[in-house]
Amino acid sequence: MQSEIELHHPKNLAEALTLLAHYGPDGKLLAGGTNMVVELRDGHHNGKSLVDLSHLKELRGISKQDGYIVIGGGTTITELIDHPLIGAHAGILREAARLFANPLVRNRATVAGNLVDASPAADTAPPLLALNAEVQLMSQVATRWIKLEDFITGVRRTLLQPGELLYAIRWPVPSARSAGAYTKVGLRKADAISVLSTAVMVELDDVGVCQQTSIALGAVSPKPFRAHEAEALLKGKVLDSALIAEAARLAAESTRPIDDIRGTAAYRKRVVAVTVRRLLTKAVEVLK
Amino acid sequence: MKPQMITLHINGRTHYVALNPNLTLLVALRDLGYTDVKSGCEKGDCGACAVFLNGVAVNSCLVLAAQADEGEILTAAGLGTSEHPHPLQTAFSDAGAIQCGYCTPGMIISAKALLDHKPHPTDAEIRDAISGNLCRCTGYAQIIQAVQSAAEKMDAGGEG
Repeated sequence: MQSEIELHHPKNLAEALTLLAHYGPDGKLLAGGTNMVVELRDGHHNGKSLVDLSHLKELRGISKQDGYIVIGGGTTITELIDHPLIGAHAGILREAARLFANPLVRNRATVAGNLVDASPAADTAPPLLALNAEVQLMSQVATRWIKLEDFITGVRRTLLQPGELLYAIRWPVPSARSAGAYTKVGLRKADAISVLSTAVMVELDDVGVCQQTSIALGAVSPKPFRAHEAEALLKGKVLDSALIAEAARLAAESTRPIDDIRGTAAYRKRVVAVTVRRLLTKAVEVLK
Repeated sequence: MKPQMITLHINGRTHYVALNPNLTLLVALRDLGYTDVKSGCEKGDCGACAVFLNGVAVNSCLVLAAQADEGEILTAAGLGTSEHPHPLQTAFSDAGAIQCGYCTPGMIISAKALLDHKPHPTDAEIRDAISGNLCRCTGYAQIIQAVQSAAEKMDAGGEG
């Protein structure tokens, strides 16, 4: 441990924003620390002024407001698993949280941290993308909402500007006629980094015509993303097995996976066609 | 890098320490003599360094000591004494859930975190609860037995 850092512990949100404004590009956010502390030890953030957000109560909490589920950025992954609003209105997010790393990590890791870290394999990203989530970015002078889809721009890249923190995440309460499904492919059952993950939401009208779908894919492209072409194919139609198979093929075509220690690009592309087909089928069956 | 003064309440004792801001809670604990907290992977995969921080089970290697300032820390050794061991400590020893012993303190922390919320867990729930703790000796079977047997004893004796 030879890294040269400064560490600040603001007592409230206003103090944190003041520190972030002061340090600008030399500031760096620290929340649960499950990635950051490892990076610090390896000297990745030498010269930075770290602003510790882990004590800020203003960043915690899960609520229902004006037709949205809103969660504070500092909400931990464990809190997602335990909260009844997540179970009721975001089953796919709860499922992803349940499969996130391991209990000791889940007790510290935060949703905002997972999104700002912007790994292609970020476990909360596919379900939140499928739920049409937005993120609220806050600085000392302004607050803005951005679609999560736009927020993550590439491998470990986001639209977060110096001086900003990710204050909250929200998504519209899904319609009662919608259902979701989620799967994570890992090399083992627990404590695994995703080989790939898939989250879908399907909304049907009362005669079974598809109103909207979302198909979100993780760890198969530089960033977690939505397979819009496949989604468009399904809109306004009755989802039979042939149509679902075609959408799954389009979704797989839209991936840009890489070969790495967890799997090959070819494997990932093939498996996405299977996971998307199975999850869409499952969601449609739930709605029948 | 300026050292910071922090206060740690560990197993009921209070320590005032000056340390560099990039030091982890794991290093601080071991330097203070709490060597039941083991250093394994130091990246959150093995769970050997698990402790309770303000009642929540965490990997102490992933928390900066300064983030734990004023915090209440409980290590596996702090759960009981040689005269009055915690039922989990007894059960691990009785069931042969210990071979090299390196994973044991972390296992006991994760097991206690489970039993605090779920006094009668299934084997599957125990497996899930210790999924962040690696054991390379026992094959986990005795560990699961130990947790089950501790759960029974704690239920019968009202201990914990």
